[in-house]
Amino acid sequence: MTTELITQLGYVLAAGLFIFGLKMLGSPATARRGNMISAIGMLVAIVAALLDQGIVDFTYIAAGMVVGGAIGAIAARAVAMTSMPEMVALFNGLGGAASLLVGWAALSPDSATFTLVTIVLSILIGGVTLTGSLVAYGKLSETIGSGAITFSGQQIVNSLVVLGIFGGAVMFCMNPTDPNWLYMVIGLALLFGIMAVIPIGGADMPVVISLLNSYSGLAACAAGFAINNNALIVAGSLVGASGIILTQIMCKAMNRSLSNVLFSGFASVSSEETVVEGEIKPISVEDAYYVLEAATNVAIIPGYGMAVAQAQHVVKELTELLENNGCEVNFGIHPVAGRMPGHMNVLLAEADVPYDQLLEMDEINPRMETVDVAIVIGANDVVNPAAREVESSPIYGMPVINVADARTVFVLKRSMASGFAGIENPLFYKENTRMLFGDAKESIGGLVREFS
Amino acid sequence: MSGAEYLLFILMLSIFLGFELINKVPATLHTPLMSGANAISGITVVGAVALAGTGSETMAMWLGVGAVTLASINVVGGYMVTDRMLGFFKKKED
Repeated sequence: MTTELITQLGYVLAAGLFIFGLKMLGSPATARRGNMISAIGMLVAIVAALLDQGIVDFTYIAAGMVVGGAIGAIAARAVAMTSMPEMVALFNGLGGAASLLVGWAALSPDSATFTLVTIVLSILIGGVTLTGSLVAYGKLSETIGSGAITFSGQQIVNSLVVLGIFGGAVMFCMNPTDPNWLYMVIGLALLFGIMAVIPIGGADMPVVISLLNSYSGLAACAAGFAINNNALIVAGSLVGASGIILTQIMCKAMNRSLSNVLFSGFASVSSEETVVEGEIKPISVEDAYYVLEAATNVAIIPGYGMAVAQAQHVVKELTELLENNGCEVNFGIHPVAGRMPGHMNVLLAEADVPYDQLLEMDEINPRMETVDVAIVIGANDVVNPAAREVESSPIYGMPVINVADARTVFVLKRSMASGFAGIENPLFYKENTRMLFGDAKESIGGLVREFS
Repeated sequence: MSGAEYLLFILMLSIFLGFELINKVPATLHTPLMSGANAISGITVVGAVALAGTGSETMAMWLGVGAVTLASINVVGGYMVTDRMLGFFKKKED
């Protein structure tokens, strides 16, 4: 048996392990083992790759792996769960950068045209992923403003960049020995990544990171074509497919098309005032306690505000007290609550809330009529009844959690400012809604103290 | 057998397989799915080692070394943080 054959068989085994690992992610009970199996697959693939006869010097490989591995390990241990979106954004960017470098390094004077095309693709997708992810990281960690950045003539600039990339790519494929065309494509790809993400606002970040996740896979895939490697193609396309599915789910949950998210920013809020009837009815912590004390079925709807206030642990405490009081407690989680898909679930899981208590929107909505108290913590647009009732609302048609169907709704809110999208929320004026103003962590803490 | 059409064939099958697999992942696991997918996209390290190990000290080698380093961050960091997150998910004990 030749070493080449052993390497190829190693890749086959690795691909099988990746697939099996992803399959086990289908249930929270087996997911951790699935991740382990996927990691073993990666180890097999790396060992198989190291058997390559062309490798004569392992010094730099070892150095790169040790340095990279150490940075990765430290980051993985140190990151707070509230910062997961930034971390994933950053990792997406690194993946894109690695594929860019591999594509670039694969260039040789005698490359065939097909290879040249795939080299350009891996550089292009990798470059866009790198800078796009860095901008997304900046927005998510609020090192740069999280709002949409738009300027007049943006469309024209973007079109010129795309034309430049296309022209540069064609010229490069025709004159692969002239590095200037290559540098032009790299530079413009990096620029395009920035231009593509700056006009997208904070509320749309779940879509953007899902999409960049997909790109990091597609970049690996393109690099796989450039260096003729099956393992990269299989693994890259699995990641690409995963990101695309998540992107679709996020878009559907916002009732917007992908092109609408990417190209329009959030459409400026229509100036016609929605007529909101009723009045705001505040409630004190003490009165809220009396209502909760009598409740037998409570639903909690968390949003990004819960993460900002770091209220998840005290929410878990309240949940336990309610349960000891003979009350059923469930969480209703909207797909776009938080800044990335599944963000709320991880935060609540970290606070020891069992995953069978975390219900998806489609599960909680039919039950809402039997709920005594729905507690909305730091969520706004995802519970906005205007999405169902007000046809002129910019979010009309977006699926929302129907908290207004519950007997009583408590909305925990810092002040009366509107949500990310800047849309008036008629929920606050409903007959059965009570506003509990103040910091979410302190309000819930107050309720916990009343109970104990 | 490693012509372009053969690679494209693999690409098509993997994309379909990916769609089938990921559609079955519940919403509650979407964050670990993303970070786990991130780790898998570090597969680029497999391609990068061959470029980094030529011992030639050319530009291609240095690009390969850079790719090995970046992809290793992805692989190690991605799998470890995913494991850490999945450790939080517990079923309700009765």
